Amino acid sequence: MKKFFGLFVLLALALVVSACTSDEKPDTTSDSGSTDKPKDTSSDKGGESAVEIFSWWTGAGEEDGLLALISLFNELHPEIKVENAAVAGGAGTNAKAVLATRMQGNDPPSTFQVHGGEELNKSWVAADKMAPLNDLYEANGWMDKFPDALIEMVSNGDNIYSVPVNVHRGNVIFYNMEVFKEHGIEVPTTVDEFFAVADKLQAAGVVPLSLGDKESWEATQIFENVLAAELGRDDYLKLFAGEIDFTDARVVAAAEKFGKILDYVNEDHASRNWQDSAQLVAEGKAAMINMGDWAKGYFVNDLKLVTNEDFGYFAFPGTVGDFAVITDTFGLPKGIDDIEATKQFLTVLGSVEGQDAFNPLKGSIPARIDADPSKYDDYGKDTIEDFKTAKLFPSLAHGSAASEGFVTKANQAVNIFVTQRDVQNFVDALQNAAPDM
Amino acid sequence: MEKAIPDKRKKKLSKDQLTAMAFLLPSIIFVIVFVYGFISWTGYISLSNYNTIVPDYSFAGLKNYLYLFNDFRFQADLRNTLFFTILFIGAVILLGLALSILLDQKLKGESIFRNIFLFPMALSFIVTGVVWQWLLHPSTGFNKFLNLFGIQPKWYTDTTILAGFKWGSIEFGLPVAIIAVVIAAVWQMTGFSLAMYLAGLRGIGDELREAARMDGATEFQVYMKIILPQLMPITMSVVIIMAHISLKIFDLIYAMTGSGANFVTDVPGLYMFETTFRGNYYANGAAIAIIMLLLVAVFIVPYLWSSRKGEN
Repeated sequence: MKKFFGLFVLLALALVVSACTSDEKPDTTSDSGSTDKPKDTSSDKGGESAVEIFSWWTGAGEEDGLLALISLFNELHPEIKVENAAVAGGAGTNAKAVLATRMQGNDPPSTFQVHGGEELNKSWVAADKMAPLNDLYEANGWMDKFPDALIEMVSNGDNIYSVPVNVHRGNVIFYNMEVFKEHGIEVPTTVDEFFAVADKLQAAGVVPLSLGDKESWEATQIFENVLAAELGRDDYLKLFAGEIDFTDARVVAAAEKFGKILDYVNEDHASRNWQDSAQLVAEGKAAMINMGDWAKGYFVNDLKLVTNEDFGYFAFPGTVGDFAVITDTFGLPKGIDDIEATKQFLTVLGSVEGQDAFNPLKGSIPARIDADPSKYDDYGKDTIEDFKTAKLFPSLAHGSAASEGFVTKANQAVNIFVTQRDVQNFVDALQNAAPDM
Repeated sequence: MEKAIPDKRKKKLSKDQLTAMAFLLPSIIFVIVFVYGFISWTGYISLSNYNTIVPDYSFAGLKNYLYLFNDFRFQADLRNTLFFTILFIGAVILLGLALSILLDQKLKGESIFRNIFLFPMALSFIVTGVVWQWLLHPSTGFNKFLNLFGIQPKWYTDTTILAGFKWGSIEFGLPVAIIAVVIAAVWQMTGFSLAMYLAGLRGIGDELREAARMDGATEFQVYMKIILPQLMPITMSVVIIMAHISLKIFDLIYAMTGSGANFVTDVPGLYMFETTFRGNYYANGAAIAIIMLLLVAVFIVPYLWSSRKGEN
């Protein structure tokens, strides 16, 4: 009897063990690195190689961009198999959770989407999971093809860790041109001018600024722009480098102005997401919205509005000449099988052709300064021009200025501030979270 | 060896029982490893300093728990959970009971009504959340209809706290916005309690009611004195099942309102998700998960205890 029992225990244990180890490696790539399989004689470098591209690009324009990029790569490198491992979900939340699990389980994708800046540096580089790409930059002569400030965002010390494929601008205000014309309004260039314009619009019964902060990042984005306007770009960088405290008088002033701006937003902001709030501007119920340039894609592709006819755009008041950078980049994780194939992909990603295949569809501008402007619409051309001359600063709301942890806590503080308007509480909360930057 | 086994036990274990046990054993081991093992692992993480993406298993004591209890958002979460649970369970029980009593009146086409009420249960909470999000959205659905009459309901964007008083750093009281979420949850789960109560009502013999009526009880008295007491075990089951749903609720609120302005519709499940998977605060997230587990245990353990006693 006991023998039987022991046998079953053994059996059960064997089951558990096999379940635990079954995640070794999916079979699909098992023939990639093995040299003992002579069946594939046609390929030149000993077996078929593959590259797995991990991103959260599954939405309308972004997926088109990614597929265009992949088909360009297929054309240039037919011998390399591409696996599109995109994970759907708002702003990459789900993808980031999947990525964290895979990275910590030592099963990294060949390359993955990550925002340049602290999202890259404070997470994967700090965890020693990324391989430097300096040789790739030198081999391709990229050092003077990307702006220095951008290369700095994807570097840690002397090492460069990823290749930027696009740039989005966070400090833009889109406005309904008809509403502006009807009320005789000039584009404001400073925060004070903005307040004057907003008063005028409010008196006329139009919501001056549309906001949809069902998720807090939309409001955080306004705050980061006010911060940049108040501090100036250089001190903004110092603030997030920990050299200036959040209790600094100028940060307090920025928080006060942020609170005042919130007096001009639509009342139902908490039940809207950014698309819903952009709709208010499209319908003329609201005059302006501060949104990254993905809103342009939404206006043009989904709502069929015409750039510079139905809607216009200007830099966030007080940040004219500055450029809030949100950049999607791809790096090289340590411990992957096909380093060479992945480097080939990164090379295409960083090339002019790669960037011009991807960005017009995605609605962003190329990260390279020598891309072909004729492939972009009016908004793109303007922004490409601005990007060449503007002073770049990293976006907080999109994880470039500080670590994901700080961003989460900052969003939390913003959510509370939007209702309570307690400036002291707000700056204290930010200061308390500062060690996590 | 054989001698060591007491006589009584030897008799008890028939061949069938042994086979059954042997087949259960693998799943028991799986549960021990993948349920209890992982719970212990979560508990272990919650006591560590693992609050970045880089693993750090050094012992932190109760630091993460203390952080949470001083955190505005977590306090709001506990408040919201409390009111959500009370309103949700109360409404599900009352509505379910009322509907089941009506359905029990032997009406024609009863099965049609039953299906109508049971149908929402076939949906998952995430679908319910999306549907109600549309219904209560300011520019679509029901609110747009009300806009025609010049009414602009605030629904879940409302940050008012009813009957509130300051308690620590939060205003303690019923957040109005919670009501919108409760309505959706009740819409989804009433069918369940209706089915439970209907089964219970059908289980009460007609003789009992007739006897009471013969004794001169009014119909109201029949329900209050005879039927409702008989339904107590069912009420217990409904409370237990609804309580653990409401304490762990995530998907409905995630799809419908998110955290809400000033965290009026935030719950521990949402906070856990954001802390862990957005902020990479693994230890804090684990601490929230453990607290949620304890909250559920408060309901489940006494129930398991009493049902075990009943068995004996």
